[in-house]
Amino acid sequence: MSQSLDRQKAKPHLAEEWVGKIYTFLCILFLITTIFSIVYFVASKGLSTFIVNHVNVIDLLTGLKWLPDGEPALFGALPFIFGSFSTSILAACLAAPLGFCAAVFMVEISPKFGRKYLQPVIELLAGIPSVVYGFVGLSVIVPFFRDVFPGQGIGIAAGALVLSIMILPTITTIATDALAALPKGLKEGSYALGSTRWQTIYRIVLPTTLPALMTGIVLGIARAFGEALAVQMVIGNAPHIPRSLFESASTLTSAITLSMGNTAMGSLANNALWSLALILMLMTFVFVFIVRFLEGRSKL
Amino acid sequence: MKKTVILLMTLILTVTLAACGKNNNESSNSPSENASNSPSESASDLSGSFLASGSSAMQKLVEQASGKFMDKNKGVSIQVQAGGSGTGLTQVSEGQSEIGNSDVFAEEKLDADKAAALVDHQVAVVSIAAVINPAVTVDNLTKQQLIDIFTGKVTNWKDVGGNDQKIQIVNRPSSSGTRATFEKFALGQKTEDLQGSIQEDSSGTVKKLVGETPGAIGYLALSYLDDSIKKVKYEGIEATEDTVADGTYPVWAYEHMYTKGEPKAEVKAFLDFMLSDEVQNGDVVELGYIPMSKMKVKRDVAGNVTK
Repeated sequence: MSQSLDRQKAKPHLAEEWVGKIYTFLCILFLITTIFSIVYFVASKGLSTFIVNHVNVIDLLTGLKWLPDGEPALFGALPFIFGSFSTSILAACLAAPLGFCAAVFMVEISPKFGRKYLQPVIELLAGIPSVVYGFVGLSVIVPFFRDVFPGQGIGIAAGALVLSIMILPTITTIATDALAALPKGLKEGSYALGSTRWQTIYRIVLPTTLPALMTGIVLGIARAFGEALAVQMVIGNAPHIPRSLFESASTLTSAITLSMGNTAMGSLANNALWSLALILMLMTFVFVFIVRFLEGRSKL
Repeated sequence: MKKTVILLMTLILTVTLAACGKNNNESSNSPSENASNSPSESASDLSGSFLASGSSAMQKLVEQASGKFMDKNKGVSIQVQAGGSGTGLTQVSEGQSEIGNSDVFAEEKLDADKAAALVDHQVAVVSIAAVINPAVTVDNLTKQQLIDIFTGKVTNWKDVGGNDQKIQIVNRPSSSGTRATFEKFALGQKTEDLQGSIQEDSSGTVKKLVGETPGAIGYLALSYLDDSIKKVKYEGIEATEDTVADGTYPVWAYEHMYTKGEPKAEVKAFLDFMLSDEVQNGDVVELGYIPMSKMKVKRDVAGNVTK
């Protein structure tokens, strides 16, 4: 009886299996095609600066002057690269301790309250549009910095502060998941040996989850690296390496968004912006590889 | 169970897509039906849809005018996109849009042969004035003083007759049409981006920063001026509609709507509508531009002014 039922069911199952296989395969195919076409598109545009317009790659990467309209036109992207790295790393430095501590509180110290109220609130931060962050930065952070510090308030410090709030959910969520996934035995063993809660957190929990925490930071940096609008509004966008944290600076993304619409496709100035986009994309790939590497080292 | 879910999703997707398709059909059909059914409409024999893309500064003007035009000509549908003058010129040159809105002459952005294929339709004049933070006690700046400020030779307001206050430049990105106009006609030369200067793309942000930052100087189209910032005279001449119209105030530029070759009937009708009294004395003035008919002087690509 049961055998005959199985045989009757076998056919629909087979069909389901195939429908599922083909459907998922098509999805993956679509994703891969999209990714490769984007990479090809950006690379072909970005490389034409060097191939068609004969701009030296080294000059672009190390040059300090960005004069797309100058005579001769100069394309030194180092100020942008510097700006991107300094804002996103500074943002991570500000957000990482906050994110870790929030995660420790939510998982170790007050799980009920933390999980129920704190986590949704922090995850809400991820849902706020970046232009809102930018506008708040421009209306609150910039005037505050202008009053407190020398300079005009805009600059890397304002950009990093805005970004740090934007990447806080990424870092906190990943840290929370890592801490929650820690085997109970480790902590219990530590308590059994007589260590206090702080000793356990400090000596056992944090070192064991460190690779996962680092993953969160790197993902946060990658997010900050690619953010354009919010940073553009508060950083000032002067194509120079600033002399202080409160002086107008630029990032790769802000340089691209400022000028992309104003330059004609295929012109040298436009191609140079695509080269910046290519650098941005390659850097993001590097971040992804770092994350993969850290995940491989994770002890959990 | 899974099967039902997939089936359901497929069904929803199909229905949505079908609905979309139907909607599109309806929206493109019904206006032409209306048009053919109501001969009382004067210019209702026009039909078709086209895209006007480009300058974000012009978006509002073109959008308002196209709304009125579409009310009168039910068969025509116009889409207005803002992506910057360069994008607009590229798109019209490559045939992706019928009209390319631009703050600058096509010759300044495109290669000469590509620009030659485009037909210029000047629809309004925009005038740009230097603006400063209201706390700065300067009313007038000469050309040389402006050059000194924007090239970084003068960094304190006291050197140009103001109080002892550091000058903070709020500039536009070097690719911006507004900056090109300001540099060409107010400074007479290109300037480099100085260390510490601020660059913002949107007029709203420039206005906010100039209004809030002590010692700030920037430049804005006349339509953006209000009490939060102070307009300075240029060589003793105040930027007003009259001084621009008779050519005494030099910092102005045309707003262009480019077509590739001679436009189609419905595009031509829209461009004529842009120059009609209704738009010129209505939307153009309302949005702070100066109507073409008021201009007593003309200017060509090279910047030569003729009466």
